[in-house]
Amino acid sequence: MNAGTRSTPQAGNAAGAGLQVRQLALRFGGVHAIRDISFDVAPGEIFAIIGPNGAGKTSVFNVITRVFDPSAGSVSFDGVDITRIARHRVVTHGIARTFQNIELFEGATVLDNLMLGCHRFAEESFLGQCLWSKAVRQSQARLRAHVEEVIDLLDLAPHRNSLITGLPYGVRKVVELARALATKPRLLLLDEPASGLNPEETQDLAFWIDDIRSDLGITVVMVEHDMSLVSEVADRVLCMNLGEALSSGTPRQVQSDPKVIAAYLGGDSE
Amino acid sequence: MRFDYDTSYLDAKRLLRYPAQKLAYAALAILLLAAPWLLPKYYVGELTYLFIMAIASLGLMVLSGYTGQVSLGHAAFLAVGAYAHAWLLSQGAPWLLSIALATAISALVGLLLGLPAIRVSGLYLAMVTLAFAILIEHVLGRWKSVTGGFNGLPVGDPVILGANLSGLKSFYFLALISLVLTVAVLINLMRGKTGRAFVGVRDSEAAAASLGIWVAGYKVLAFVISAAVCGFAGALLAHHVRHITPEGFNLLLSLELVLMVTIGGLGSLRGAILGAFLIGMVPALISQIKPLLGDRIAKQFGLEIFFFGLILAIFVLFEPKGLNGRWLKVKAFFDTFPLYRKDVFRRGKTYMKSERYR
Amino acid sequence: MPPEIIANLQLALNGMATGAIYALVALGLVITYKATEVLNFAHGDVLMASAFVAWGLIVGLGLPFWLAALLTVAFAAVLSWQIDARIMRRIVGQPQFAGVMLTIAIAFMLRGLVSMFFGPESRSYPTPWTQQSTHIGPVVVSDLNLVILAVALLLTALIYVFLRRTALGVSIQAASQNQLAAYLSGIRVKRVTSLVWALAGAVSGACGLLLAPIALVDISLWIVVLKALAALVLGGFGSIPGAILGGLLLGLIEQFAGVYLPDGSKDVAAYVVLIATLVLWPRGLLGEAHGRRV
Repeated sequence: MNAGTRSTPQAGNAAGAGLQVRQLALRFGGVHAIRDISFDVAPGEIFAIIGPNGAGKTSVFNVITRVFDPSAGSVSFDGVDITRIARHRVVTHGIARTFQNIELFEGATVLDNLMLGCHRFAEESFLGQCLWSKAVRQSQARLRAHVEEVIDLLDLAPHRNSLITGLPYGVRKVVELARALATKPRLLLLDEPASGLNPEETQDLAFWIDDIRSDLGITVVMVEHDMSLVSEVADRVLCMNLGEALSSGTPRQVQSDPKVIAAYLGGDSE
Repeated sequence: MRFDYDTSYLDAKRLLRYPAQKLAYAALAILLLAAPWLLPKYYVGELTYLFIMAIASLGLMVLSGYTGQVSLGHAAFLAVGAYAHAWLLSQGAPWLLSIALATAISALVGLLLGLPAIRVSGLYLAMVTLAFAILIEHVLGRWKSVTGGFNGLPVGDPVILGANLSGLKSFYFLALISLVLTVAVLINLMRGKTGRAFVGVRDSEAAAASLGIWVAGYKVLAFVISAAVCGFAGALLAHHVRHITPEGFNLLLSLELVLMVTIGGLGSLRGAILGAFLIGMVPALISQIKPLLGDRIAKQFGLEIFFFGLILAIFVLFEPKGLNGRWLKVKAFFDTFPLYRKDVFRRGKTYMKSERYR
Repeated sequence: MPPEIIANLQLALNGMATGAIYALVALGLVITYKATEVLNFAHGDVLMASAFVAWGLIVGLGLPFWLAALLTVAFAAVLSWQIDARIMRRIVGQPQFAGVMLTIAIAFMLRGLVSMFFGPESRSYPTPWTQQSTHIGPVVVSDLNLVILAVALLLTALIYVFLRRTALGVSIQAASQNQLAAYLSGIRVKRVTSLVWALAGAVSGACGLLLAPIALVDISLWIVVLKALAALVLGGFGSIPGAILGGLLLGLIEQFAGVYLPDGSKDVAAYVVLIATLVLWPRGLLGEAHGRRV
């Protein structure tokens, strides 16, 4: 597998479906966070991006979710070019993300955080809200029903009414995942979902990611350092270094690629 | 020990959930309605002033408490509302139209401030709003043709549909009804989509944007709503003082408003009202104890400012969640009695982490 | 020399004179900000209190100016030290907003106390430079203003060098960026922070001492802190040379606005500058850029 070239077409990957990143580049003054990245993610795939710190992995996420404008290149999802859309429109195209440093709403409860995940489905007019109209109440009940499904899926029921500030780290990570799921995404971007989790929680996470793909049909792209998780769930892996693609293929192929081993300076933990 | 047995998703959002709550608020309503006949005249006037201040405090709470946008200059919106209303009345506009227009004008000014202001945050926003308030005070002082300059404007009586409501009792009810209406609308807004989005913008702009919340739009909306409510309060205040001058809307008033929302408890409408009542009563309390201390007249002003500082310091040091926090703790005590644990609300030790370099 | 040029030169000199005052006040503000990330709204009130103390020493007790000056600066330093040690220290670790609120509370308390003890009359006191002025070519500047300018430049240079070059200065910067790490590195954070407050207090004491003879010993002296804020923003928030540059520039802008712009512009110039700078060039002239990484 050559670095920087298009990935081999997957069976069933209709032209334009899924995530397509082409010749992406991101520069901050003299710093090249991303030099030239291209990759495809087929619908329903679990795709992992690995690489040493500073490789530009989170920057790729930040470009896809429109935190930054790319210096060059394009991103399209399901045939729609999303390279320059407004930041708050990303989720309307079906893309949700979690953050490396948890970005939960600290002053609110778990339930409120998840209800905010459903924000784009809330059909509440301004006047309706002021008067607490029937339409507003029905919309809230609908959102709450959907949120309860997500809570059931991720076993968050005991924490439903807890404030985020009192929750342990592992639970917060799950809440962040739940909030992303509440947006009914078709593409889920997970930024280091296993960081800070113990082996048991990581195993739960692996099951959940698999369920998310098979039961909900969501495409998952994750940035991850934990190679055991990557080997277990990922269909394909892309290894980045210094803003460029180094190697891509199945987890086993990438792990045994000598260039990847060299980039990690003598091997990565299994 | 109280347990919540909700049978539908909307039960969680209902305002009055327990019989005890309904009883308490009914008693409060009866007391407030009967007050003009139970209290001496001086206190009825004071209560009216507190109602008006509560409306202003609610306005600032929406912006600072819910959306996290600091404003040290909100007296500017009170001023805009007051002057617009007074001027429109002097031009012969009917009261309802005048107050609606004054609110709208104040909202417009809020829009004009909000659009550039959302580009800055935190400390810088505090400074921008501070400078803005001083600017407005100067403009009002110089725009003699409309505002009467530093001599100020007299304010006509509130005459709604032929009825003159400038009497002590009738104006009391006007203020009370206005407060109740404001609270009702804001409670509904804050438990709806808008309130949730405001809290999202306050706690994490990055996450809010990723969930489809147009952060800039909601920040401006918060400014507009806040300015409109404060403009409305300003118009009522104009009637209360009967003659408005730019000095009546100075920096001290802006800081008093900030004190109200901070001491009341950021992020709660109940806190806004409690804070307004506490801070609004300080001048009255001071004038009560002044004769007991035998101070010179000159020292009275210093005493008032000193008490403001003292109360604020006590709350920041010992009860950062404000009066609302204290209320919630007391409520938790009764809800979980006899299993209340003091350490539920204990704050862990924290170290200062730079907010510039996160 | 044509009279317009002389007039403009005089304006410029006046601008530098008032600008030096703003710069000196801004210097004290930026020191506390750099060390604790708290914008000390009580700075102007310490300044005001120092002016009253100076009056009390010079006019009330009849002390010679230099002795009174020393005692005033010492008073301000001790007052600020105590404010930090007894009050500000208790809210360490809480968000920046709490610190700002607490300084506003302290400002109110100081203002109230001074108002209660001294009453509302304005006062003044003589200095060695009162009523004396120097002629530089065709333009005139009052000696007191020259002294203020000299003090401002000297103190800025000293403090800049102190923060960058000495171990104590570096540890101050460390404590402001990550307090827990500073503790773990052996820095006595509490002591260092109080030292910074004392230093800022001393600067504000000097300000009050020198400003009062110009602006009268009055409660309203504290308002100069608002102009200093504009100066800080213009020069670049968090930058010490920026404080001086911003102050001098602001003074110039005010003087020229007063002459060339419509009536009343001079009063509001500072605030317009503040708003415009923050909205258009948030970093100011020499400030640092910062953002949040997600």
